[in-house]
Amino acid sequence: MEGRSHTGWYVVLLLFCVLVLWVPLYNRAEPSFIGLPFFYWFQLLLVLVGAALTAIIYFATEKK
Amino acid sequence: MAEVNWTILSIFVVLFGFITWLGFVSARWRRGDLDMLHEWGLGGRRFGTVVAWFLIGGDLYTAYTFVAVPALAYGAGAVAFFAVPYTILIYPLLFIAFPRMWQVCHRHGYITAADFVRGRFGNRWLALAITLSGLVATLPYIALQLVGLEVIIGGMGISGTGWVSEVPLIIAFVILAAFTYTSGLRAPASIAIVKDLLIYLTAFAAIIVIPVELGGFGKIFAAVPSAKLLLATPPANSFGSYSAYATLALGSALALFLYPHSMTGILSANSAHAVRRNAAMLPAYSLMLGLLTLLGFFVIAAGIDKLPEFSPGFAQFKANFAAPAILLWAFPSWFVGIAFAAIGIGALVPAAIMSIASANLYTRNIHREFINPAISGRDEAQIAKWVSLIVKFGALVFVLFLPLQYAIQLQLLGGIWIIQTFPAVILGLFTRKLNDWALLCGWAVGTVLGTWMAAVNNFSATYPLTIGGWGFPGYAALYTVILNFLVALVLTPVFAAMASKPPVDETTAADYVH
Repeated sequence: MEGRSHTGWYVVLLLFCVLVLWVPLYNRAEPSFIGLPFFYWFQLLLVLVGAALTAIIYFATEKK
Repeated sequence: MAEVNWTILSIFVVLFGFITWLGFVSARWRRGDLDMLHEWGLGGRRFGTVVAWFLIGGDLYTAYTFVAVPALAYGAGAVAFFAVPYTILIYPLLFIAFPRMWQVCHRHGYITAADFVRGRFGNRWLALAITLSGLVATLPYIALQLVGLEVIIGGMGISGTGWVSEVPLIIAFVILAAFTYTSGLRAPASIAIVKDLLIYLTAFAAIIVIPVELGGFGKIFAAVPSAKLLLATPPANSFGSYSAYATLALGSALALFLYPHSMTGILSANSAHAVRRNAAMLPAYSLMLGLLTLLGFFVIAAGIDKLPEFSPGFAQFKANFAAPAILLWAFPSWFVGIAFAAIGIGALVPAAIMSIASANLYTRNIHREFINPAISGRDEAQIAKWVSLIVKFGALVFVLFLPLQYAIQLQLLGGIWIIQTFPAVILGLFTRKLNDWALLCGWAVGTVLGTWMAAVNNFSATYPLTIGGWGFPGYAALYTVILNFLVALVLTPVFAAMASKPPVDETTAADYVH
């Protein structure tokens, strides 16, 4: 089964999802970045983090 | 309304002409026998990573999204940004669950989620429930795509009274219907490539040019009223806007890949690996959607809604006019033509895939299951082609004759209905332990209660849930699917005890391994 050895990675993904849903963490205006309030740039950054994380897990778990 | 802008219209028509031609010649692309349902309705499962990326991206991020999300930012402010966490959360789900889905569907020739549930649980009534949820959730969604198109047509200054005003929409509809009928899923796949390149061009031009014209993001956000800038701090004893924001994001994310058109897009990929790769590559679309959401704030900062030349548009289309208006305001006509064509064509791609997905569902899970089990492969494909026409015609009638509010309310209900298939479809990928009749009961409870929650709450997406004196205002779809799962869990031992035969399952553990 492919599932067992990948459990650790799936936990990482789950923690990332919790971070994304933790609204009080990012519902603030400061610090702003190039004029964008924190609320906006942080969530856009999370898009990139999520993509990078998925890519890393893909390469770590893909069978050769 | 303002006069017709001929430059915009010419470029729009030329690009539309090009994708019409492309739609028809796609029938010959990666040639297959279009008289077979899996060829017409899934493109022969032949699309590699890159084409699948364009197809799924063009399928999920619809024209209506590109119009409605900036409109929500313009009208309601920060809450519109839930589209960003929503489209972040869909990819871990895609990455973990859907390679298994692709694999088992490939092994058994399933082309719909209901096919899978039928095979996994051996219960035709549970499969019928999944089919009905899929059909009723998709139909208003197609209608909304035509609404997106209507806003764009209005933005070009085309207006008229009565019948005449609807002629452009009817022309676009006829084009859509014709190329879907002849080319099946290959048409939206090839068109999606053109359309997505145009959309990326538009999004990046808008996000660079408009802030420069407005004096930078700092100035733009300084002009946004503080009530719209951030989510409201929750009142005492309630999670207020926080739980609403988080549950909207999570519930929408759980629902998205259950829609029949999402399933069709994913199953058209040529391998489970292509699906996994796309989970890392598709967030590019989320980034673009996030950037386009900011257009709503640009409208506020530029005060465009106060300008006399845009007031008829805002009067007719309300907040939905925000995105077209800012493009008209900021760009020369030739570029607006490209941008409008991108959004307009962006309506046709998902509308085509949705109608194909509905046709696949009807043909496989209603016609072959309940009406004519002995149907030949050729007849199956022919019926699907006709159903795709009927479905689109229904959506057109809906848009032409019923108030827009109905389509929006039905689409909201659609999210609540489709998420109820989660326990059977997604959990079913990992376990056969839940009893099929228990799942059906859970589905019924979730569907009825979710509909009731939306109805008593004046068709607002969030329901003011209170538990033990604490308020958890949140997305009715998420709350009801949790209840749905609990009902299935509790009733499983009950039904298992009553059952006289062991549970059936035509799939094996090895079928899911990719």
